Amino acid sequence: MADLQSQDYIRRSATTLTPPSARSHEDQVAKLIDVTRCIGCKACQAACMEWNDLRSPVGEFTGSYDNPHDLDPHTWTLMRFTEHETDDGNLEWLIRKDGCMHCEDPGCLKACPAPGAIVQYANGIVDFISAHCIGCGYCVAGCPFNIPRISKVDHKSYKCTLCSDRVEVGLEPACVKACPTGAIMFGSKADMTDWAGDRIDDLKSRGYQNAGLYDPPGVSGTHVMYVLHHADKPSLYAGLPDDPKISPAVTFWKGLIKPVALAGVALAAVSGFLHWVIAGPNEVQPEDEAEAEHLLAAERSKKDGDNRYNADKPA
Amino acid sequence: MASLAPTFGRGAMTNTWQDIKNANVVVVMGGNAAEAHPCGFKWVIEAKIENGAKLIVIDPRFTRTASVADYYAPIRPGTDIAFLSGVIRYLLEKDKIQHEYVRAYTNASLIVKDGFSFADGLFSGYSEDTHSYDKSSWDYELDDQGFAKIDDTWQHPRCVINLLRQHVARYTPEMVSRICGTPQDKYLHICDTLAATSAPDKAMTSLFALGWTQHSIGAQNIRTMAMVQLLLGNIGVAGGGMNALRGHSNIQGLTDIGLMSDQMPGYLTLPHENETTFEDYMKTRQFKPLRPNQISYWQNYKKFMVSFQKSFYGNAATAENNWAYDWLPKLDVPLYDIIRAFEMMNKGAMNGYICQGFNPLQAFPDRGKIRRGLSKLKFLVTMDPLDTETSRFWEDFGPQNPADSASIQTEVFQLPTSCFAEENGSLVNSTRWLQWHWKAAEPPGEAKSDIWIMSGIYHRMREMYRKEGGAFPDPILNLSWDYTDPTNPDPEELAKDMNGRARVDLKDESGAVTLKAGQLLDGFGQLRDDGTTESGCWVFSGSYTEQGNQMARRDASDPREQGIAPNWAWAWPANRRILYNRASADLEGNPWNPEKPIIRWSGTKWVGIDVPDYGPTVKPSDSIGPFIMNAEGVGRLFARDMMAEGPFPEHYEPFESPVPNVLHPKVRSNPAARVFPDDMAAFGTAPEYPFVATTYRLTEHFHYWSKHALINAILQPEEFVEIGEVLANEKGIAQGSWVRVSSKRGHVVCKAYVTKRIKPLTVDGKPTHVIGVPIHWGFTGQARKGYGANTLTPSVGDANTQTPEFKAFLVNVESVKGPEV
Repeated sequence: MADLQSQDYIRRSATTLTPPSARSHEDQVAKLIDVTRCIGCKACQAACMEWNDLRSPVGEFTGSYDNPHDLDPHTWTLMRFTEHETDDGNLEWLIRKDGCMHCEDPGCLKACPAPGAIVQYANGIVDFISAHCIGCGYCVAGCPFNIPRISKVDHKSYKCTLCSDRVEVGLEPACVKACPTGAIMFGSKADMTDWAGDRIDDLKSRGYQNAGLYDPPGVSGTHVMYVLHHADKPSLYAGLPDDPKISPAVTFWKGLIKPVALAGVALAAVSGFLHWVIAGPNEVQPEDEAEAEHLLAAERSKKDGDNRYNADKPA
Repeated sequence: MASLAPTFGRGAMTNTWQDIKNANVVVVMGGNAAEAHPCGFKWVIEAKIENGAKLIVIDPRFTRTASVADYYAPIRPGTDIAFLSGVIRYLLEKDKIQHEYVRAYTNASLIVKDGFSFADGLFSGYSEDTHSYDKSSWDYELDDQGFAKIDDTWQHPRCVINLLRQHVARYTPEMVSRICGTPQDKYLHICDTLAATSAPDKAMTSLFALGWTQHSIGAQNIRTMAMVQLLLGNIGVAGGGMNALRGHSNIQGLTDIGLMSDQMPGYLTLPHENETTFEDYMKTRQFKPLRPNQISYWQNYKKFMVSFQKSFYGNAATAENNWAYDWLPKLDVPLYDIIRAFEMMNKGAMNGYICQGFNPLQAFPDRGKIRRGLSKLKFLVTMDPLDTETSRFWEDFGPQNPADSASIQTEVFQLPTSCFAEENGSLVNSTRWLQWHWKAAEPPGEAKSDIWIMSGIYHRMREMYRKEGGAFPDPILNLSWDYTDPTNPDPEELAKDMNGRARVDLKDESGAVTLKAGQLLDGFGQLRDDGTTESGCWVFSGSYTEQGNQMARRDASDPREQGIAPNWAWAWPANRRILYNRASADLEGNPWNPEKPIIRWSGTKWVGIDVPDYGPTVKPSDSIGPFIMNAEGVGRLFARDMMAEGPFPEHYEPFESPVPNVLHPKVRSNPAARVFPDDMAAFGTAPEYPFVATTYRLTEHFHYWSKHALINAILQPEEFVEIGEVLANEKGIAQGSWVRVSSKRGHVVCKAYVTKRIKPLTVDGKPTHVIGVPIHWGFTGQARKGYGANTLTPSVGDANTQTPEFKAFLVNVESVKGPEV
């Protein structure tokens, strides 16, 4: 959401230059989601829709309270409900607010080939800069949490911004503001970690021996953390990754292939320029559009299986 | 509220939302606070985190509240009295009661009349013909002075505590489990947790809502827990209480202002037709103390009543015309409730209906009957900010509203009103706070305030009465209507009316003027019965004084951080935040829990963080009880004649139930309930409709309103029912597939949510399945069209309030291909 004037980037996609980072003295922030005091009311979802002006279509009921059914370009956060039977036969209804985890080592940013389309601020927030996004979907592949969604309307990638626009002016994210039970908190990462410790002590005193903080080291920690009753089994919570890591393909791309690929991109640009000089501009013909749509549809149906793309259904 | 007043004296939530944080145990039963009151629920979370509280949830379904509970137990819908009577038995048997409290602050020691009895499901005095009781034996034995006899050694076989012990003896853990389907070990674990709060410095709060009220025995459900709380010494104390969580932002205000057919503002009651004179009327409203020295505050009834009549009729109400008593309507039946209203419409006995802020086609039971009733009207006026189903009842919306428009002659006037955010005014929240709010936007289009509309109707009616006379013009022609703009009284003017004024200079004993004529009263203590004061709603007196609008106060400071902010808005009565707070201190006036004191005796007066609910200088040694509204000064374990179906609660099955009443097969359901013959004929039986259904709300929606808002429609878009996995497997119902749920009265076709959160219960040895039916969808608004849960529900109400039995009835369910088109 932030613009190019921001002076507090610490990372910028597909850029080898070190960002100016004039405000790198900023505190690292974190959102702490205490699933053990969350009642699944969806106030956070409503607040996110209000603040960011997002409206998914009115959907259907398909057998759970998860509505909409998945993250999509209009749904940046989503309550996911899991009915879990414990070994002793008791039921737990595990409710997790899903959304971008704002990794300290963001796989999306590493994977992104578009310069400046994904940035990380000094406070740790990972943000998508739509103006630079080329809709290639590499961020989707790069994300270990299956978060970004590409819009079929404007072909840009979307996800939670951690309300970077609010945080920038000293406000908490909209979801935090709306949460009625204080299950979502926001502050410095140190304070949130500290508070989580108190919560975990309380949970242990209530018999949750495996209570703990989810701040996965595989992505060097996250700026969205969870307090879990079952920190030993994060995947119980609607498939929260037990040990998230950036895909080796992205690491490979980042480390070795990317410079070569970028050279390729540059070469293509030069060739394109020469083509334009020599042969004039390419005009997009209706049949090209149709072909592109066809390809996109095929791509969608392929990806629908793992829910990474969600259609912008007409309202 | 029809059970809290008979027990404690006032029909309202006893404590504050914020006070919930002081609890050691929070029990949510007969409600789903996290689901229905997510904002208030923060205080439950606060109690857990800051006070180490345990949260116990007892519910037919594993709810959103259960998802954060420390302990959950299932229960069959409609069996809460059996469960809680078992808890009372447990407390008495294990001697886990707060002895000093029970002895001094309840009627445990009072002796009941010899004629009182209970056998085979019926209390003494029952008449088969009228389905009602002669309650004369449901009272205390009185001495020569008219005081109740007492035995505080509890030796007398007919003292209340012994009668109670005898009454609950049948509710053994085996019996509770047999009726409720709750596994015995879970039930006993809960008994044990609750019992721990009998310690004087421990408190339990009971949070409940429609899960208790919406039964044919609703008021008694609440009363049973009220009795548990008295035995545990949990009323009047911080973190305790009976906390009725109100379902509308202003439903407490509705009750306070007396918007029921048998009520007037401030819990004054409308006369019955046999009370032909004011003298007759006052005869049964003396409230003479039943124990020596008791405050029995309702002794002031005449002051409230006369001041109300003066507020209504001004100079036209005089001592000579008995304060215009004859102009009051007189009831010929106990209650003109909504079930009766629709019965009358169906019988052609009610031809016109003004439906203000109400959507009965969605909200009331047996939707087919509601639609048939509306179809027989000559006219229907709806006043609502939204396009309600009721106002469109005549239109064919397909299977969700199959109306034959051509055959309906009802003329419908749809008057759009402003909503609360488009006008100034006050709302009374659950915890009795009158909070002023300010207009935030202009109403859209042609919408007008309810005040403007009602004023217009009034002026036109008055004009017609003036010109044409009519059968009885006096009440309309003499009405006092002294407003700056008579066509649109200002909400502040109405608020001042309710607070009340002096009509002459009021003087104290020395003759000094305390309040000049026309000045606003400081409180109801200034009301008089000689026509020199007026007040439109005595309990609100003090809310708008010469010092200004007290409801508009916004000082959140909370001296002890104990959840009492005395300068935030204004609470009735007299800005007291915790009712019966005298009971938070022991007999000497020292707090039972020194860590969380509310008031204490300083040696000369009561001091503390709340306004004493007691005489401010009444000495502890005067033996005046803490329940000052009750004539005996104490809380009632035995409710005397104040409940329709008995002074002690008894388990009666819902009118549609899968099992017999194992306690007394001949008296299966509430014997004092009123059931109209057509409604009786529309009850189903278990062979046809084998499953227990219960209806409820979801967090994503507010009743039938929020489906008009796009975000809420997105968050919960479509009608569904919740079915346990075991039943779904038996019936071949797949997750998310279409089902048809039917009762004797109609059917809905909607999606199935197959869930682990509803498990079959073993009731009387047989497996019993529960089906959950959320209520929110209809045929107007932005969400998908739905049939509405009340297509299924039975038209029978609680015997005291006629609140419909939405929470327990019978249905069948089957898998179907898809919606009928």
